[in-house]
Amino acid sequence: MRKLRHWGPGLLLLSPSLILLAVFVYGLIAWTTKVSVSDEHNALGSKGFAGLENYTKLFTNDINDRFTHSLKNLLVFTVVFLVGAMFFGLLWAFILERGVKAEGFFRTVYLFPMAVSFVASGVVWRWLMNPNKGDSAGGLNSVLGGLGLDFLQNTWWTNPDWGMAAMAIPAIWQLSGYVMALFLAGFRGIPQELREAAAMDGASTYRLYRNVIFPQLTPVALSALIILGHMSMKMFDLIMSVSGPQWLTEVPAIYVWQTLLTSDYAKAAAISIILLLLVAVVIVPYLIYTNRQEKNA
Amino acid sequence: MTTTSVEAPPPPSVETLTPVRKPKRGGGPGAIVKYALALVFLIIVLMPLYVLIVTSFKAGSDIGVASQWSLPETWTLASWEKAWNALQPAFFRTFQLAVPVAIISSLIGAANGFVLSRWRFPGADVVFTLILFGMFIPYQAVMIPLREIVTTLGIPPGITTLVLVHCIYGIPICTLIFRNYYATTVPEELIEAARVDGAGLLRTFGRIILPISIPGFVVTIIWQFTSAWNDYLFAIFLSNTRNGPITIALNALAGAQSPDYAASMAGALITSLPTLVVYVLLGRWFIGGLMAGSVKS
Repeated sequence: MRKLRHWGPGLLLLSPSLILLAVFVYGLIAWTTKVSVSDEHNALGSKGFAGLENYTKLFTNDINDRFTHSLKNLLVFTVVFLVGAMFFGLLWAFILERGVKAEGFFRTVYLFPMAVSFVASGVVWRWLMNPNKGDSAGGLNSVLGGLGLDFLQNTWWTNPDWGMAAMAIPAIWQLSGYVMALFLAGFRGIPQELREAAAMDGASTYRLYRNVIFPQLTPVALSALIILGHMSMKMFDLIMSVSGPQWLTEVPAIYVWQTLLTSDYAKAAAISIILLLLVAVVIVPYLIYTNRQEKNA
Repeated sequence: MTTTSVEAPPPPSVETLTPVRKPKRGGGPGAIVKYALALVFLIIVLMPLYVLIVTSFKAGSDIGVASQWSLPETWTLASWEKAWNALQPAFFRTFQLAVPVAIISSLIGAANGFVLSRWRFPGADVVFTLILFGMFIPYQAVMIPLREIVTTLGIPPGITTLVLVHCIYGIPICTLIFRNYYATTVPEELIEAARVDGAGLLRTFGRIILPISIPGFVVTIIWQFTSAWNDYLFAIFLSNTRNGPITIALNALAGAQSPDYAASMAGALITSLPTLVVYVLLGRWFIGGLMAGSVKS
């Protein structure tokens, strides 16, 4: 009881934030959910209860299966982006971990893209991924041509088959440095004794990494995957500024915005809630897991 | 003379946030591969930046898809001037957004973080997980009612609205950063000693905790400054080209029907300068911020 009285001011400090979050996060999510089950199709429409109709319509009679198309796009984008960013991030961290002169310089530059807004990087990537080939090839295509890798030339974000995978290139460019930073911290967190013990046992470098170091990085890799996956689902500004609101590269995060422009609030809300559920499926178990880890530590 | 009898520990070094162990320097053939790879990655990361810079100094027929990699025939500042004229009002408006957001969110985060790092109340884990989830929600899920509230209350779109929104949705991340910071740097004895000396919670926070919180503040200020500066989603929902931040203005400049590529590139550079300056000057803490924003530890 004495403790509680002592923390009265603590509650005072904390409660405004808690109330704001309760209202502006959970309250508004509840509100959006309510809109998503209403039959309100525009600002002037009625506000009756429509049940799950707005949701089922997204999967059954959406124009040209636009929503399912956007989900497929998101899946392709997420897979390519995760694989690419994890691969480069780990490789960069691995190189710097092996000891490189001017490590700070490399680390600074590799992290550069992270400081730039998605809108700004979208401007340059839209330009670099110009669809032209041959003599008037854009930046990326001419590099590939110059390296003799003509078969890799692509029409990038305008390509119906590869457009969404191409969209992951700028995302990988922008966030590999971040993954590198996570892995570097992971490498540095491995107790020196482990390495020394392995060296005493005469383990080769390959075995050292294979059996001692990489297994220690699993929690970092898991965090990185979760964070990137969550970013990927929310990706809006990068895709918007590279390709614009194109059907070809539309993802749910953009479809919400496009739907709002037609004032179909109920449908936009339904897409938002599905997006939220997708994120929650990934994030909530992760939060619970890390919480438990922390308690045990 | 009560609280001053407690000697505050020296402010913790940056290393507390980003542990840096001096790696062993390697030699031999592995080193060549290592440095070659490091350089290749350096070039890949810098390529888009190179294109941004050279294109921004080009004019007229110099700006062709096929000549993206070549240096300007004649260097000109015309595009910089055009971009600056187009972006200037938004550029200064964005400082009016990012600076208050950085300061207010950090103060809220420090207060919350302190209370949460010291106060174990029943259900603390649940409350904390609920706060954290606020960091990960896709903002689309709250945006529809948020816009309705703003319109209903007659709050004009623009910077003030964006400051409020960024402060509210910045609470989770800033709270988390400070909670972890205090949990690892402030010894229990220090708080105890202050209590024995008769200092209440608020006084302990103001006199003892705040002065040793500088590294924590640096992290949250960088984090909130860059995320407010680079934000596009809130901006597009809650402002417009006349009163919005720089991402909106840049998108208007670069997303026109027939965009002026040189001006777009100059604009992208202008837009990125403040965050890049922050990152280069405070890069070490920037990395710390990235970590705190993702991994709970």
